Amino acid sequence: MHRGRLSTIGAGAGAWLAAIAIAFPLLWALLTSFKTELEAAAYPPSFVNFSWTLDNYRAALGGGEYFAALWNSLLIAGGSSALALLVAVPAAWAMAFAPTRRTRGLLLWMLSTKMLPPVGVLIPIYLFYRDWNLLDTVSGVAILLAAGNLPIAVWMLFSNFKEVPAEILEAARMDGALLLQELGLVLAPMALPGLASTFFLIFTLAWNESFWTLNLTSTDAAPLTAFIAAFSSPQGLFWAQLSAVSMLSVAPVLAIGWLCQRQLVRGLTFGAVK
Amino acid sequence: MRGRGRLLVSPAVALLLVSSILPLVATIWFSLIDYRLLVPGTGRFVGLANYVHLLTDPSFGPTLVNTLLLIGMVLVVSIVGGLGMALLLERVVLGRGVLRLLVISPFFVMPPVSALLWKNLLMQPVAGFFAWVSSLFGLRAFDWFARAPLASIGLIVSWQWLPFACLILLTSLQSFDREQREAAQLDGASAFVIFRQLVIPHLARPIAIVVMMETIFLLSLFAEIFVTTGGGRGSSNLAFLVYSQAMVRYDVGAASAAGIVAVVFANVLAFFLVRAVGRSLDA
Repeated sequence: MHRGRLSTIGAGAGAWLAAIAIAFPLLWALLTSFKTELEAAAYPPSFVNFSWTLDNYRAALGGGEYFAALWNSLLIAGGSSALALLVAVPAAWAMAFAPTRRTRGLLLWMLSTKMLPPVGVLIPIYLFYRDWNLLDTVSGVAILLAAGNLPIAVWMLFSNFKEVPAEILEAARMDGALLLQELGLVLAPMALPGLASTFFLIFTLAWNESFWTLNLTSTDAAPLTAFIAAFSSPQGLFWAQLSAVSMLSVAPVLAIGWLCQRQLVRGLTFGAVK
Repeated sequence: MRGRGRLLVSPAVALLLVSSILPLVATIWFSLIDYRLLVPGTGRFVGLANYVHLLTDPSFGPTLVNTLLLIGMVLVVSIVGGLGMALLLERVVLGRGVLRLLVISPFFVMPPVSALLWKNLLMQPVAGFFAWVSSLFGLRAFDWFARAPLASIGLIVSWQWLPFACLILLTSLQSFDREQREAAQLDGASAFVIFRQLVIPHLARPIAIVVMMETIFLLSLFAEIFVTTGGGRGSSNLAFLVYSQAMVRYDVGAASAAGIVAVVFANVLAFFLVRAVGRSLDA
């Protein structure tokens, strides 16, 4: 018993140390975001005894560039997720409640399109977008990200709908419920949590997506990913600034991610790990 | 009902066809023709010439090796680290929620942010945090991106994917049958034996899924290279090669051939993933 307790304490201490080490880069950036540029690059680094300042946040929020990028990120992530759901909900609903011989194959085919690396289709899409004036537009990027997240959305919704007992829907039908009533009054309340978590997962993935957003946007439609990537040029290296902007860009999805950890596991493994 | 079902599914199928299958066919076609953006009058069918050119290019070998090394390194670090972390988290009683939040955070950081924070705040050889830490041990600061660019990128990407592996393995560990473990303990099995004989087989499937999911995302690893080395110092991978062939050298044919090589790679892996997931569909 004594040994068991000791090893539990050991595991606890180890877990805390490891967890802080894993989160350290973020914690360090958070701290740096409150320093002046001079202190941010100071050697040796200071941990607490520096003059704390909000200047970096003020500078980031003061310039219009950050808000333009934030707005584009919101539009791209929100728009692509809404579009993906709009297309995925009917598909998942049909496959869950009116399966045919082909349903299984169709689901696996959708999954297999996710296995196609974006580099394999970058060039035709880039050229097509160039010719149709879709380069550097919010809608151009949003449609692609919607398509990219569609398999995940369909799979998550499908496994969610599957858990709704068919008897309840049948009972509603017996009681004379019309299809719309069946959908709105019986199915929707039961499926709503799954719908919400699906939305949040694909929103997060779209928010952080950095292949298409870097390749297809330049100025007008540049979201936060492209805005931050512009900090990579040597003359743009202001660590405190970079830290503040990073914190501002990461915070929204971090909050969402913390709330939806379980759905994340399910969505990203296509229901294979519950 | 059947007709309506088809109607409901068709927008999803159409969107996927237009966004992935159609462009893929176009990429295959581009890879077979001579197509350079700045050279007028190209478009001639050249068969496999782009592939021959690509495969015999002295920089292709290292690029392919880099792609594999990066994927391999990230897989090993994120799975071994993630499993270790999951085993620790599973035993923790105090502050479990907070610990989980700390551990999964890196997964939600957008790639350009994590790459730039690591490269500058941590790995910079003069004033970076790691330089200070090594000075505490009396060591000279290591110039990460000058001396080991590929490993540096691998480390950053591993940090991003460790939470993913950890979360999946933790979920799966928690569904591990307690009674089975207790029975084994009563029979006098040591912790190591239980881990090897019971826990590892239980984790085989989730580990396989982590390997394949990560591989698929890592085949398109791009932003981390783009913002740190810009593909220089021998740190380019297949995805970056496609980008530089097309967007910098304007050689669409060669870039498409490289893209198809990446697709073939992914397909071999996808074959196994789809089979594994298909099995869970039947279960």
